[in-house]
Amino acid sequence: MSSSSRFEPKIVGFICKWCTSAAADLAGVSRLKYQPNVVSLRVMCSSRVDPEHILQAFKGGADGVLVGGCHPGDCHYQVGNYQTRKRIMMLLEILKDMGISPTRLRLEWISASEGAKFQDTMNEFINTIRELGPLGLKVK
Amino acid sequence: MSAKKPSKRIGVFICHCGGNISSVIDVEKLAQAIGKLPGVALSTTYQYVCSAPGQDLIREKVKEHNLDAYIVAACSHTLHETTFRTLGKETGLNPYQVEIANIREQDSWVHDDPQKATSKAVRIIRSVIEKLRLNEDLLPIEVPVTKKVLIVGAGIAGIQAALDIANAGYKVTLLEKRASIGGHMAQISKTFPTLDCSQCIMTPRMVEVSHHKNIELLTYSEVEDVAGYVGNFKVKIKKNPIYIDPEKCTLCDKCVEVCPVEVDSEHDRGIKKRKAIYIPFPQAVPATYTLDVHSCLGLLPIACGECVKVCEPQAIDYDMEPQFIEDTFGAIIVSTGYELYPVLNLEEYGADQIPDVVDGMQFERLLYLDSSTGCGIKRPSDGKVPGEVVFVQCAGSRDPELHNAYCSRICCMYTSKQAMLYKSAFPEGKSYIFYIDIRSGGKGYEEFVQRAREEHDVTYLRGKVSKIFQEDGKVVVWGADTLTGEKVEIKADLVVLATTMVPSPGTKDLANKLKLNVDEHGFTQEAHPKLRPVESLSAGVFMAGCAQSPRDIPDTVSSASGAASKVMAMISGDVLEREPIIARVDEDICSGCKMCISVCPYDAREYNSDKNIVEVNSAKCEACGSCVVTCPSGATQQLNFADTQIKEMVRAILSDKESSE
Repeated sequence: MSSSSRFEPKIVGFICKWCTSAAADLAGVSRLKYQPNVVSLRVMCSSRVDPEHILQAFKGGADGVLVGGCHPGDCHYQVGNYQTRKRIMMLLEILKDMGISPTRLRLEWISASEGAKFQDTMNEFINTIRELGPLGLKVK
Repeated sequence: MSAKKPSKRIGVFICHCGGNISSVIDVEKLAQAIGKLPGVALSTTYQYVCSAPGQDLIREKVKEHNLDAYIVAACSHTLHETTFRTLGKETGLNPYQVEIANIREQDSWVHDDPQKATSKAVRIIRSVIEKLRLNEDLLPIEVPVTKKVLIVGAGIAGIQAALDIANAGYKVTLLEKRASIGGHMAQISKTFPTLDCSQCIMTPRMVEVSHHKNIELLTYSEVEDVAGYVGNFKVKIKKNPIYIDPEKCTLCDKCVEVCPVEVDSEHDRGIKKRKAIYIPFPQAVPATYTLDVHSCLGLLPIACGECVKVCEPQAIDYDMEPQFIEDTFGAIIVSTGYELYPVLNLEEYGADQIPDVVDGMQFERLLYLDSSTGCGIKRPSDGKVPGEVVFVQCAGSRDPELHNAYCSRICCMYTSKQAMLYKSAFPEGKSYIFYIDIRSGGKGYEEFVQRAREEHDVTYLRGKVSKIFQEDGKVVVWGADTLTGEKVEIKADLVVLATTMVPSPGTKDLANKLKLNVDEHGFTQEAHPKLRPVESLSAGVFMAGCAQSPRDIPDTVSSASGAASKVMAMISGDVLEREPIIARVDEDICSGCKMCISVCPYDAREYNSDKNIVEVNSAKCEACGSCVVTCPSGATQQLNFADTQIKEMVRAILSDKESSE
C-alpha cells in the first residue's frame, strides 16, 4: 500500500499536565520522532477526563482515544489516576456493548521522565488503530 | 447546543522560534488558516515571540486590534506560560485570557513531514482557541499565611533549618520524637573528609536551638494529626510524658544509680547499656532525665519505685499524662532522617547473631568511646582490641534481588574514615575494605580515600562478600577479589557492615498525615528532582536531609538551608496566591449527593447542611477536576476546564475544516 493511500487515523489524546504532558515535552526536547496522528489536549489530571469526553471524541470522528496519566502512586493529586482507572475500566465494558472495539481506547501511565515511552506508546497505538481501520462513527 | 459563545476578539501569535518551529511547520500557511477562524481578529507570526521585541509586538497588537484574549503558539507551557500571562496583565487583560499552544515540543520537534506537522498545528491551535473563547476572567486565590513553621525531626537537618528560619525572625516549632535533639550526627565520632569531631561542631548548634527566642523545642513529641492546608496547617502534637519535672530536677544522678533495669542504649546503639531512667548522652538537649515507660518495671501500679525514693527534690512524677498541643503553621519541613537497614535482614552476614559483626553506626560508637575515654577500640564479644578488621561496603545496598537496589551514597566515604581512624588508634592492626566501586564524588573526597589507601595502609579488595560466619573466636569472611579473580578468606576479629540508609520508621506515617508522596523505597518525594528539590508536591510541605534520600552532612545542611529559604520566601508575604482554576459548584443544580466528597483527596468539598449542597473550599481545592467527573448532574465544573470547553476542544481537534490544505 502506498503511503498516500494509507489510512491515517485521527486520535485524541487527553494528557495530564504533571506526567504525560511533561513526557511529551521531554520527547520533544530529546527529538524522539513519532507519527503525528495524535493531537492532545492537556488537563490538570487524568481524573478530569470524563468518559463522556471520550464518547464525544468517538462520536466526533476519532478512531482512537489515548488517556495518559501518572503511574499508580505517583499522581500529583495523590489518587486521581486511581479514579481514572476505575472510570476507564467501566468505559471499556460499555464500549464493548456499543460495538466499539475496546482496543480503540488506551490508558497509559507515562511519567515525566519517560519521553521514550511516550514515543513508543504513540507509534504503537497509532499503528494499532491503523490496523483496525476507521471507526466511522462520526455523527453529522 | 453548547452555551452561547461570548464574542471575544482573539489574537494568535505564532512563533518561528528561530527555525525550531518554522523549519518544519509552514508558519505563514498556519497563520492564514488560523486567521480564517471565527473570532480570530489577528493571526500573525514572529521570529521570537518571547524576546523583548516579540513582547512589544504583543503589547502593540493587543491595543491596535482591541484584543480580548490571545494565544501564543510556541513552546511548552512550562517555559513561557507565566511570561505571557504576566505580559497579558500588563496589557490590561486578565492573565487567564492568555493561553499557550504547544507546537514545538509536541509538534515541530517530533515530526518531520512539514505538511502533517502544519496540519497538526492547526488542530492544536484551533482547540486552544475553543478553550480560550470560554475562559473566564479569574483572580488568584489569596489565602492568609501563618508566619510560623513546624519542623519535624531535630537532627542536623531540622536544627539547621530551624536556626535559619528563626534567625530571619520567624517563629519555629522544632519537634523531635526522641528524648534529645541531635539525631545521628550526635552519635558520629568524626566527620569525613576533615576529621572534625562531630560532637564539637554539633553541640553548639543544639545549645543555640534550645536558647533561641524564636524556637520552641518539643522533644519526646510526635505529630498526632494534621488538618488545614498551605499557609494554615492545623497540627495536633502529642508530647509524651517524661515523668520528670525538669524544673525540680537537680541532675544529681541518684535515680540512675538505683534503677535496676538495664537496656541497650539507643545513643550507643547497644554497645553500652542505659537505665530505664536516663539521659541519652552527656550533651543531650534538653539536659534532663527521661523515664522510659517501655523499659521501666511498671508505673501503674508502681512495681519498683526505687527512683522516687532517692529523689530528694521530688522531681519524679509517675502520674504525668501526655500533653496535646494544637497550633497553626504556615509551612512544614519534614526532616525525619534515616535509620540503618537491619543487620537482622542480612542472612548471609550472620543475621545479627554474631556479636563481632557490627554495623557502621555501632563502630562509630566504638571509635567515639575510644577517643573520648582512651579505652581502646574494644570488640563487643570479649572486649579485646581487634587486630584485623574487615569493612564490608554495600551491605544491603545495590542489591535489587535481595535487599535495596539503590546506593546508600555515604558508605564509601565513612568506611574509609573508619578504617583510617582504626589504623590511627591501633597502627599495628590490619584493615580490609570490600567494595564494589568507590564513589567519592565530593569536595576533597577522592583525596581522602587515596590517603586511606596510601598513608594508612588500608587494603581495598574489589568484590562482594558472600558469607560471614563465626569459627574459633574469629569472624570468617568469605569474599572474592574480582581484580585478581581469586577467592579471599579472612579470619577477622571484627567485621563492620556499611548497611544501607533507609527512611526512619516514622517517615511513612508522617507522610500519610501530610499527604506527602514517598518513593518506592519510602523516602519523601520531591516536586522536581532537579528544579524543585526541597519542595514536595503538597503545597507548603518541604523536606530536608535524609528523609528524602541518603546523603552526607554537607548535602543535608545544604538541603536544610534550601528548604528554609523556600519556606521564608513563602511566608514572608501576608497572603499566598494560588491558581484559581479550581472547582465551582452551581448551587441551583447541586443536589447535595456528596459523591464529590468521596473522590476529593484534599477534603476540599464540604457539605453545607443549611443549603443541602456541597461547597468548594477554595483554599483547599488543588484543581485536579476529579469531582467534576464524579458529579452526576454537572453542577460542579472546573473553572476554565469546563465540560463545554473540553467538548469544544475535542470537536476542534477532530474537525476537518480548513486543516491547512
